[in-house]
Amino acid sequence: MESTRTGICLKDYEAIVGADVLDELRVVADCVRGRRLQNINSTAVGGGVAEILTRMVPLLRELGVEATWDVIKGDGAFFEVTKALHNALHGKPEKFSEQMYQCYRDTTEANLRQMELTDDIVWVHDPQPAGLIARKRDAARWVWRCHIDVSSPMEEAWKFLAPYVEQYDASIFSMPDFAQSLPIAQFMVAPSIDPLSDKNRELDSAYVAQVLERYGVDPERPVLTQISRFDRLKDPLGVMAAYKLVKRRHDCQLLLAGGGAPDDPEGEEVLREVKEAAGSDADIHILELPVFSDLEINALVRGSTIVFQKSIKEGFGLTVCEALWKRKPVIGGAVGGIKLQVIHGVTGFLVHSPEGAAQRASQLLADPGLRVRMGNNGHEHVKQNFLLTRHVKDYLLVALALEHPNEDIVHLC
Amino acid sequence: MQLTGRSARTLHELLAALREVPGSCIFYHTHHLFLSHHFEKPIVYNEFANWVSEALREEALSEKLAAIDLMAFTSIRELREAIVGLIEGSLAMNSGRPRECPAGDEFHFCRSKSFVMATGVTAEDVPAFFRRLPAVTHVSLYFHFLEARLRLERKTNDFSQWLQWRGEVELAESIDRLDPYVVTLDELKEQIVELGRSRGIN
Repeated sequence: MESTRTGICLKDYEAIVGADVLDELRVVADCVRGRRLQNINSTAVGGGVAEILTRMVPLLRELGVEATWDVIKGDGAFFEVTKALHNALHGKPEKFSEQMYQCYRDTTEANLRQMELTDDIVWVHDPQPAGLIARKRDAARWVWRCHIDVSSPMEEAWKFLAPYVEQYDASIFSMPDFAQSLPIAQFMVAPSIDPLSDKNRELDSAYVAQVLERYGVDPERPVLTQISRFDRLKDPLGVMAAYKLVKRRHDCQLLLAGGGAPDDPEGEEVLREVKEAAGSDADIHILELPVFSDLEINALVRGSTIVFQKSIKEGFGLTVCEALWKRKPVIGGAVGGIKLQVIHGVTGFLVHSPEGAAQRASQLLADPGLRVRMGNNGHEHVKQNFLLTRHVKDYLLVALALEHPNEDIVHLC
Repeated sequence: MQLTGRSARTLHELLAALREVPGSCIFYHTHHLFLSHHFEKPIVYNEFANWVSEALREEALSEKLAAIDLMAFTSIRELREAIVGLIEGSLAMNSGRPRECPAGDEFHFCRSKSFVMATGVTAEDVPAFFRRLPAVTHVSLYFHFLEARLRLERKTNDFSQWLQWRGEVELAESIDRLDPYVVTLDELKEQIVELGRSRGIN
């Protein structure tokens, strides 16, 4: 099956979200036209931010907004530092040295020498490129878009990052719980999925079965799945523990599939631990998917019975939305953005332990009607709240809000 | 939605914040659920009432907060005073150790920032108004009925004001008497359409 990435335009979303949503989007975009929106992050592929920007930037351009996307460059040492920073901002204890901080500063400086920065609006995504604010020109407005949960960070990590963040004009967090006490404006914008992307579009059932079989998964038997990077914060070992409890009473398979990202050097180590824990169980399928495996991931989720996202910490966890969109009930860790996506008992279940996850999985395996109801609710929940069109509108509105910092009600156009 | 970075774990902290946060916070937490999609109609739209019940288990206070008649207010200042008054009263009655919410259940203060733009839907006369009303979006209805009255302190909703200017005084008053806080926005729209229909306007 071929990718449909090319040729998608705004009009294609009308059948999903309705004409009124697109009309509203065009009106808001008209008010932003003429300004350049420059996005900067740390990776062009892999991870939620790159996925969102891949879809969002073309849509913004079609709406007449001059959107651009730059990726900072860094070596292995830099990404080791930013991974530690990422973990520590999530609250995981990490050790930092002056050498690590200097590596961050030097890489930031090297990127600044190469990067052309706009005088209009700059969106900097996550901590890796946050230091670029050093070169902010007076006329430009800079927004720090934080995709991770920084509600209870390791103090040392936040102390390092905060002086950068405080120089921005505004920050954006994915949910209210992540907001910080900051001297700058803070907005909430939930991330989104693209219903027309290869990862989310409808697939025919023959292709779904073919992909499952290609990876050795039996399409005729229940499949419990977690699609995530091999990252300790995603708790793949907890998912495996839950599967082993379920397996005592229910015939089922476990599918753990994930890809790496260039800015995540810890992945290989976690993958090794997961393989070790799986032992010789032939019903456990651990897949390392290369980047650009979106169609396969789509098929694997569509072929699943239940989807897990049993994270211990989570920025948002868009894999939840991706599963809900495909009408799969989701069992998610009660953390971060998962709490916004999994409405307990409505679109899935929120759990706090492998035992809880196992109990809910058993409940769902025993009740096909419940799976269908939760699946349908999940699809509607995503349609109402987490699609790309809403996300684009929110970004445009934040851009406008920067120009009206002191008004609670802004009259446009 | 704008975030404030301010949160509360106890009734005392909630009260202290309520006295200081911008009016747009009070409006947000008493109104934004009307715009959200729900699988079941919420029993209570007031988020202060919901939090006091769910996180602090202060059920009596929660009931009183939920029972605040938003139609009785035409300014956020008055609404804030009413909420603050109820919490002060509750704290005065209960001298025991104040309850603290579980970690992760803190109340996070947010604020509304609204953008107003023309939708392109216009009515040149009263019959056209009722013909086009079904096409009006939730957001538009929310602005003209809820924000206009309380946040912009126009004392009535925009529809009633417009109808009054066109001499439809009785109809304007009937619409003004509708309580938008006990129905969904779809139900509210249907009630307005029905009022027009009952007067032979369609």
